[in-house]
Amino acid sequence: MLEIEIDGKTIQAPDGSTVMDAAALAGIYIPHFCYHKKLSIAASCRMCLVQVEKAPKPLPACATPVTNGMRVWTHSETAVKAQKGVMEFLLINHPLDCPVCDQGGECQLQDLAVGYGGAHSRYREEKRVWLNKDLGPLVASDASRCINCTRCVRFTAEIGGLMELGQAFRGDHAEIMTFMGRALDSELSGNVIDLCPVGALTSKPFRFSARTWELSRRRSVSPHDSLGANLIVQTKHDVVRRVLPFNNERLNECWLTDRDRFSYEALASEQRLTLPMMCERDTWHTVSWQIALEFIASALQSIAREQGGQALGALASPHATVEELHLLQKLMRGLGSENIDFRLRQRDFRGDAVRAGAPWLGMSVVDIHDLHSLLVIGSFLRKDAPLLAQKVRHSAYRHGLQVSAVGPNAEDWRMPVAARALVAPSAMVATLAAIAAALAEETGGAVTERLAGRLSAAAADISGEVRAIARSLASGEKNAVWLGNFAVQHPRAAELHLWAQEIARLSGAALGFIGEAANSTGGYLVDAVPGEGGLDARAMIESPRRAYLLLGAEPDLDFADGAATVATLARAQLVVAASAFDSPALRQAADVLLPIAPFTETPGTFVNCIGEAQSFNTVARSRGEVRPGWKVLRVLGNFLELPGFDHEDVESVRDEALASGIPARLDNAIGDVPEADAPVPRAGRLQRIADVPIHFADPLVRRAPSLQKTADAAPPAARMPASTLAALGVNAGDKVRVTGSGAVELHAVADEGVAPGCVRIAAAHASTVALGPMHGDLSVERI
Amino acid sequence: MSAHALILAGAGGERAWRLQDYAARGGYAALRRIIAGKTPPEAIIAELKTSGLRGRGGAGFPTGLKWSFMPYAFPGDKYLVCNSDEGEPGTFKDRDILRCNPHAVIEGMIIGAWVMGCTRGYNYIHGEIFEIYQRFEEALEEARAAGLLGRNILGSDFSFELFAHHGYGAYICGEETALLESLEGKKGQPRFKPPFPASYGLYGKPTTINNTETFASVPFILGMGGEAFLNLGKPNNGGTKIFSISGHVRHPGNYELNLGTPFPELLAMAGGMRAGRKLKAVIPGGSSAPVLPANIIMDCTLDFDAISKAGSMLGSGAVIVMDETTCMVRALERLSYFYHEESCGQCTPCREGTGWLYRVVRRIERGLGKPDDLDLLRSVAGNISGRTICALGDAAAGPVQSFIKHFADEFAYHIENKKCLVPPLVQEAGSQIYM
Repeated sequence: MLEIEIDGKTIQAPDGSTVMDAAALAGIYIPHFCYHKKLSIAASCRMCLVQVEKAPKPLPACATPVTNGMRVWTHSETAVKAQKGVMEFLLINHPLDCPVCDQGGECQLQDLAVGYGGAHSRYREEKRVWLNKDLGPLVASDASRCINCTRCVRFTAEIGGLMELGQAFRGDHAEIMTFMGRALDSELSGNVIDLCPVGALTSKPFRFSARTWELSRRRSVSPHDSLGANLIVQTKHDVVRRVLPFNNERLNECWLTDRDRFSYEALASEQRLTLPMMCERDTWHTVSWQIALEFIASALQSIAREQGGQALGALASPHATVEELHLLQKLMRGLGSENIDFRLRQRDFRGDAVRAGAPWLGMSVVDIHDLHSLLVIGSFLRKDAPLLAQKVRHSAYRHGLQVSAVGPNAEDWRMPVAARALVAPSAMVATLAAIAAALAEETGGAVTERLAGRLSAAAADISGEVRAIARSLASGEKNAVWLGNFAVQHPRAAELHLWAQEIARLSGAALGFIGEAANSTGGYLVDAVPGEGGLDARAMIESPRRAYLLLGAEPDLDFADGAATVATLARAQLVVAASAFDSPALRQAADVLLPIAPFTETPGTFVNCIGEAQSFNTVARSRGEVRPGWKVLRVLGNFLELPGFDHEDVESVRDEALASGIPARLDNAIGDVPEADAPVPRAGRLQRIADVPIHFADPLVRRAPSLQKTADAAPPAARMPASTLAALGVNAGDKVRVTGSGAVELHAVADEGVAPGCVRIAAAHASTVALGPMHGDLSVERI
Repeated sequence: MSAHALILAGAGGERAWRLQDYAARGGYAALRRIIAGKTPPEAIIAELKTSGLRGRGGAGFPTGLKWSFMPYAFPGDKYLVCNSDEGEPGTFKDRDILRCNPHAVIEGMIIGAWVMGCTRGYNYIHGEIFEIYQRFEEALEEARAAGLLGRNILGSDFSFELFAHHGYGAYICGEETALLESLEGKKGQPRFKPPFPASYGLYGKPTTINNTETFASVPFILGMGGEAFLNLGKPNNGGTKIFSISGHVRHPGNYELNLGTPFPELLAMAGGMRAGRKLKAVIPGGSSAPVLPANIIMDCTLDFDAISKAGSMLGSGAVIVMDETTCMVRALERLSYFYHEESCGQCTPCREGTGWLYRVVRRIERGLGKPDDLDLLRSVAGNISGRTICALGDAAAGPVQSFIKHFADEFAYHIENKKCLVPPLVQEAGSQIYM
C-alpha cells in the first residue's frame, strides 16, 4: 500500500495505482475525457492534469503512478488553470450548438464546460468541419463533435477484438473513421455510443427521439442470451425509447451486446399481437380474453377427458420467464400430461434420464479471468454469447488464457485460438474421444473403463490439433470445458456431453454449458421438461399430439425442424399460441392466439448461465389487450379448475417455482449414455451445419428493424470451403439449389471456416425453413 | 569545415565513407580494443561521463548517464535505436554524418550494444533522404562482411544485429517514443512517460535511443580519451558539435566546431552575412528553439549552457540566421504552420492549440490582426507549453513566445498598420537565391 495525499486527504492506495485510481478511492472527482476504467490509458485529453508536489509541470492523473508520500492538488490554481486551458482547446473546434445535439443533457463535455469553460469563446478563426461517416445502421456519426479522446478506438481494439475504428491523419486533421468506408460490424458496436463523452457517436435508432431528462429509467434483464445482461430501460410516455447497460461487474460489466441494446425496437413492431384472436373456418377474428380462455379451457378439458393428458403437449420458448414456464408445466401436469419442453432446437434427449441436475456454466463469469486453458466444444461463441466471448478474449489477451475449440466451424472469434479441431458434425464424438485419449497419455491418467471400450478407433486418430488441445488442457492448472449451442443441438449431444465430462475429469477442468437463451438454465429448474413417460420437444413433433400449447415460440423459426413443426401443428385439433407477436406461420399453425407481454411489459425472472435468478419488473405499459404470460396461465388454471392456481402476485409464483433452491440443483454431471450409430452422410451429400444467427435467434430480435440491417442479419447463404465448392463444381457467388426435406435456393459462399464436406446454412430464417432439420445431410447443386 | 572535424572527417572525397577509408582514419580501433580487452561496460560509461558528451539530438541529456539507466541484467532482448529521423526545420547534420561517415555511427552503436547488452539495433532514418538510407544499408553490408556485425563479432561471443529502417517523413517520428511506435509499425504518436524507454521501449523491452551524432561521437571519445574530448569543448559541454547553419549567410552548411566556440566565429566560417546585410536574429538550435536577437547571439558562445543562459537552446545545433530583410511575423507564420501540420493530433493542447496559433499569426500577417491578439497568442502558447505528452507542444509554443518577446514592436506594427515593418521590396531582395 502507498500513502498519498490528495487535496489534503490522506489515502491508502494499492501498489500500482494511478493518481486517478487513488482519487476515485477517496471520492475525489478529477475531470477527464479519454480515461475510462475499462480501457487502456491514453493520457491524451489532458483534462485530468493535476498539480503534483515537486513536479515542474501539471501531470495527468490518469497516467501518473502513485508514489509513497506523493502530494497532489486537483483543484489548486495550477491544476484548474491547466484544466481550463484544456477545456478551452476542446471547445474551440467543437460546435457550440448543444440545443440541437442529441447528446445534450448527458454530455461530459457540456457538463465539464459548466465548471471549466468560459462564458464566451476567444476563438475567432474558422471552425474545423468533418464530414459524417456512415458507421452502419446502429451508430450515428456527428464527426465535427468529436474531441479525439479515442475511447471508441480503444474499445474496438481492446474489447471488441478488432480495431474497427482508428484515428486517421495528423494534428487537427486527425479524425476517427473506419477502415476504408466500412461499417462497424462488431456485435458489441453499440458500446461506443456509451463510451463517447460527446455527441460524436450516438444511437441511430434513438437519436432525436427524446431528451435524456424526459426519460424514466427502470432496471431490467436482457431476455436474449444466457448471460442475462443487466439493463436500464428508458421510457417516455410509457414507450421504451432506449436501452443502456446497468453496470454489473459479475456479468456484463458496463457493456451490452447490440442485440441487448437495440432489440427494444421490436416492441413497437407492427407485428405485435395486441388482441386475443381465434380462427373459425379459416377466418381470424378478435375475441375477448373471457371468450378465448373459456374456449381453450373447455377444449383442453374435453381432449384430456376423452384421450388422456398425454394427448396434450406444451412447447415453450427458452426465452420465457421462470414464472411462465413454472405455471405452464404446472398446468400441463394438472391436466395429466408430462409432455412439456422448452429445448426446442435440441435433437438428442438421451441425457435426460442420466443427467444429475440443471446444466449451467459450471463456474462464475469472473472466474474466466483466472482460467489457464479453455476448450469450447461446438459453439459459435462470438455470436452466441458475445459478452462471454469478450471475457474469454480479455483473458486470452491479458492473462494468457489458452483457448481451444472443437467443432465444424472456425469463424473469427477475434481472439487468439491456440488450437482448433475443425471437424464435420459426424466426427465430433470421435474427436472428443481422441482428445480424451490424448489427454490420458499427456496426464498419465486413464480413460474411464466404461468409455475405454469406445476408444479403439479414436486413439489411433490423434491429429496434431487434437494433441495440441490435449496438451493445452494438460498444462493448465485452472481449466474449463464448455459445451456450446451447436453441441447441445447436435444429434448425439448426450455423447458429446459424456466425452466432455471425461475430458474435464482428465484435465481437472470445470465442465459447463454456455446456454442458448435467457432461461436455458431456469427451464430445468422449474421442471419445464418431460417427466416420467412424457414426450420431449422432438418427440412431441414426431408423434403428433391432439392439442398443443405454444408459449412464446414461433413454429417455423424456433424449432430444430421448423418445416415439420409447422406441418404437425397445422394438423393438430387445437393449437393455442401465447405470443408477443403475430406471424403467418403462427396463424397457419394455431387456432387461438393469445397476446402476452414481452419482457418489458411483465415482471419475471431469468436464471442465467451462472445460476443467478435475476428478477425484473414491468418497465412499460402493455399495448392493447396484452397481458403478462404468468397472469394468463394463472387465470387459465382457474378456468380449468386446477388446484394451486391462486397466486396473488408474481412473487408468490416465483417463490413457488424456485422453492427447491438453485445452487443445489445445478449439476453438469451425466451418467452413461450408450454409443449411437454415427449417421453416415449419404453419398454425394453434404452435412448441414446450422448456426442460429445472433439477430434471428428469438422472436424479439428478429423484428428489430435496425438490427435487421446489420451485417449479422444478412440472409443465409450456403457456406462451404473451397475444396467442397470445387468438388461440387460450384463457384463462390453461384446460385445453388439445396435440398433437405424441402428445397431452397441460396448463394454459394466460400468459407474456410467450415469443415470440408459440410455446408453451413443458418437456421431460424424464413428462407431456410423448408430445408427441415438443422442437422443431417443435404444435396447441393448448381442451377 | 573546421580543423577539428572528427565526425565529418569523411566529407572529403567520394569514397571516403567506405569501411576501408574509415579504418584508415583509425575507425573500429576502439571497438577492436574493447572486444579484445573485454573492457567492462562500467569503464566505458565512466569514460563517457568524463567526456561530458551530451545528447546531440536536441535535449542535451548526458549520454553516459543515459546508458547507465539500462538494466544490463534484464533477461531477453534489449534494443538500441539510433534516431536519424531529423525533421526539425534547419537541421541537416545527421544526413551528412551518414553520408560521410556512416561507420562512425555503426561503431558507436556496436559499442553501445556492448555497454548495454543490446541484442538488436535499428537506425531509423528520415524518410525524405532515401539515398542516405541506401548508403547506410551499404555500410551495414560492409560491416557485416567484415565480421563487425552479426553473430560473434570479431570472433568474440558478443553478437549484435543492426538494421536500417526508413520512416515516411513525419516530424513527430523524431520524438523517441513516436519513433518506437513507428518502428513497431504503428502510427507515429508519442507515448506518455513513465514508463521510459529504458524500462519499456521497443516491443516493450528496455531500449536506449540516441541521436546519430551522439553515436558517431563515441568512437572518437574512446579513441582520444574522455578527458581529451572534454577539453575540446568546455566543462559539461565536451567535444565537437556539428552546426547546420542556414539562412542569410554566404555559405550555409555543416560545420563541426568545438563546443564553446563564439558564435561570430561560426558566422565567419559560413562566409558572413549575405550582401553585407545586418544580422537581425538567429534561431540557434533548430526551429523549436526560441529566437535570439542579434545583440544577444553575437555575445554567445555555442554550447548548451551558454545558449540556455541566453534564453534559448542549443538543441540540435541548427542555426537559422535571419538578416534585416526578414519580416518576423512572416517567419513566425511559416514556423507555426510547420508545427500545426506536424502535430500528431494525439493530445488536446497541441492538436487544437497549434492550429489556433497558426491561424492567429496568419491573420496578423495578412493585416487582420486585432489589438488583443498578442495577449491571446501568449496565453494560448502558455496553455500548450508543459501540458502535452511530448515536447512538440513546447516546440510549437517556443517560437511564438520568443518572437513576440523579442520583436513585439514588429507584431504591433503589423496589427496597427495592417502591413509589414519591412517593406515588401526589401523582403523580396532578401529572399533572392544566391548561387
